[in-house]
Amino acid sequence: MSTISSAPNLTPTPTITERAHLEAVDVCAWFGSTLVLDGVNLTAELGTVTSLIGPSGCGKSTFLRILNRMHESIPGAQMAGEVRLDGVDIYGAGERVTSVRKKIGMVFQKPNPFPAMSIADNVTSGLALTRTKTSRAEREELVETSLTRAGLWREVKDRLDQPSSALSGGQQQRLCIARALCVQPEVLLMDEPCSALDPTSTRRVEETILELRDQVTIIIVTHNMQQARRVSQRAAFFLAEQGAPGGIVEQGVTEQLFTSPVDERTANYVNGEFG
Amino acid sequence: MTTTTPRPTPTPRRVRQYTADDWWSLATSVVASLALVTLVYEHVLDLSGTLGFLVCWFATFLLLYAAVLSFANERHVVTDRVVAAALYAAAAVVVGALSSTVIYTFAKGWPALSHVNFYVQDMSGVSPTAPLSQGGILHAIIGTVIEVALATVIAIPLGIATAVYLSEVGGALSRVVRTVIEAMTALPEILAGLFVYVVLIVYVGLPKSGLAVSVAMAVTMVPIIARAGEVALRVVPSGLREASQALGATQWMTVRKVVLPSARSGLATATILAVARGVGETAIVLITSGASSFINWNPAQNPMNSLPLFIYTGYQTHENLAITRAFGAASVLLAMVLVLFVLTRWLSRERSGR
Repeated sequence: MSTISSAPNLTPTPTITERAHLEAVDVCAWFGSTLVLDGVNLTAELGTVTSLIGPSGCGKSTFLRILNRMHESIPGAQMAGEVRLDGVDIYGAGERVTSVRKKIGMVFQKPNPFPAMSIADNVTSGLALTRTKTSRAEREELVETSLTRAGLWREVKDRLDQPSSALSGGQQQRLCIARALCVQPEVLLMDEPCSALDPTSTRRVEETILELRDQVTIIIVTHNMQQARRVSQRAAFFLAEQGAPGGIVEQGVTEQLFTSPVDERTANYVNGEFG
Repeated sequence: MTTTTPRPTPTPRRVRQYTADDWWSLATSVVASLALVTLVYEHVLDLSGTLGFLVCWFATFLLLYAAVLSFANERHVVTDRVVAAALYAAAAVVVGALSSTVIYTFAKGWPALSHVNFYVQDMSGVSPTAPLSQGGILHAIIGTVIEVALATVIAIPLGIATAVYLSEVGGALSRVVRTVIEAMTALPEILAGLFVYVVLIVYVGLPKSGLAVSVAMAVTMVPIIARAGEVALRVVPSGLREASQALGATQWMTVRKVVLPSARSGLATATILAVARGVGETAIVLITSGASSFINWNPAQNPMNSLPLFIYTGYQTHENLAITRAFGAASVLLAMVLVLFVLTRWLSRERSGR
């Protein structure tokens, strides 16, 4: 697959950098006729973790779902703007939804392993679902590497044939991460991956995120500001003011956003004064 | 701290206990209402009839029970107890009606059921008035099994495809389809039989046969599978569909690899519900096949009897022995439905065990 390093026909925007990997340009979103996101620009760099923080209902999850074209599967949902992966608009005419989603994986808020499949089959389900032909040996190797990358291999290596429901919530979530990694995505989107987990499982998933950092670009939505500080290098603060669509108020290096925010609203939020 | 005596093994406390007062109010209300109704109904009003007596007794019981309870309890407690009594009675009526039907059928059919030849012979050359040691219902059992099996083979793909359409595809047309399916669920079986008779037998020229029966049965089974199957598919969490799509799966692959396997036991239940309906169809067999007295293994030709039709024709003769055979056949039919029912429960149990 050829990748275009620069997009000549597109309007150059100041957010483009050499290391830009996934970038959203002037993204808007509607549910029905209601504008819920207005003019969001975000750049996720290769090998970094970007966290999206902000109060509930400010469009973080909607934005995340636009990044791998899951937004359009909701009836009545529309979007505008561009999302570029290595400079190529994933909403462009020649782009197929299925291949975009293969390159940009997603982990959901609630662990959702496939109940009718074993642990091993869950890991390789992305291959089966996209009719990717693999040999048995290849699959076994992929199961091991994916589970190892998700930090679950040691816990489940002796019971790969058991149903996935035999795992705890935290293990199920890491199984979902392994499942997303198995199709070798370039970007991994995580929508509050720890909000349904206990502190121990949360820490384990955070360790997994830090280990994955060099291999995939990660964008994570989180309500937990300590978590955003622990796992992300860059952060974006989303806010939807009364009656107005959501958008990014401030973004930048995580530490700076938390210690010396420029915008007063960011300061109030990170200091726990609202939201 | 030193422990001098070993700690006794804990026993669970009985919570929500009923006091003697509760039991006495119930018992006295039952007895008092019985006495009162006997007096008024039988002697003062000089009425008779068991059903009327039972209804009056129950109504009087509820009134007396409410009155007795209201001496010592608040109003909401009285309401709670009276409604509970009414609901227990309703449950008892259902259980009583079902078990009396089953017991009566088996008792009436027992003279026929106790002969081995009843299960292994057919009625060819046996007069309906012949003793029970001759002839049997094997031809009807075989007919029912073949007809229902064929109908299931026809109905499953159509029904599940419709369920997938209603649950996974949707759109404006799905509302029309759902309405049609709902109307078809209420379709009298005799209409399905007439439809197949006109289309397949009169126009296409198919002989009256087991196959025609199966097609008509399938017409009544498809809507059941589609409705129950749609419910089973809708129960599959949408998170699983999203997870599958997020991995790059097409909608078809999502349905095939994720949604259908997750709903497997629900779809099996839907199918068995439909089969249970198909097993009991009588008018369809009468119209599209007709009764016969011999074993017919070929669904494409010649009449193929079934258990319900055998029961119907047996009862029509007004001969005691034929009626006994009919009750015997009804018992076998009940046993078949029971097996299907147990199978359903077993399949749905497997799901919760996973």
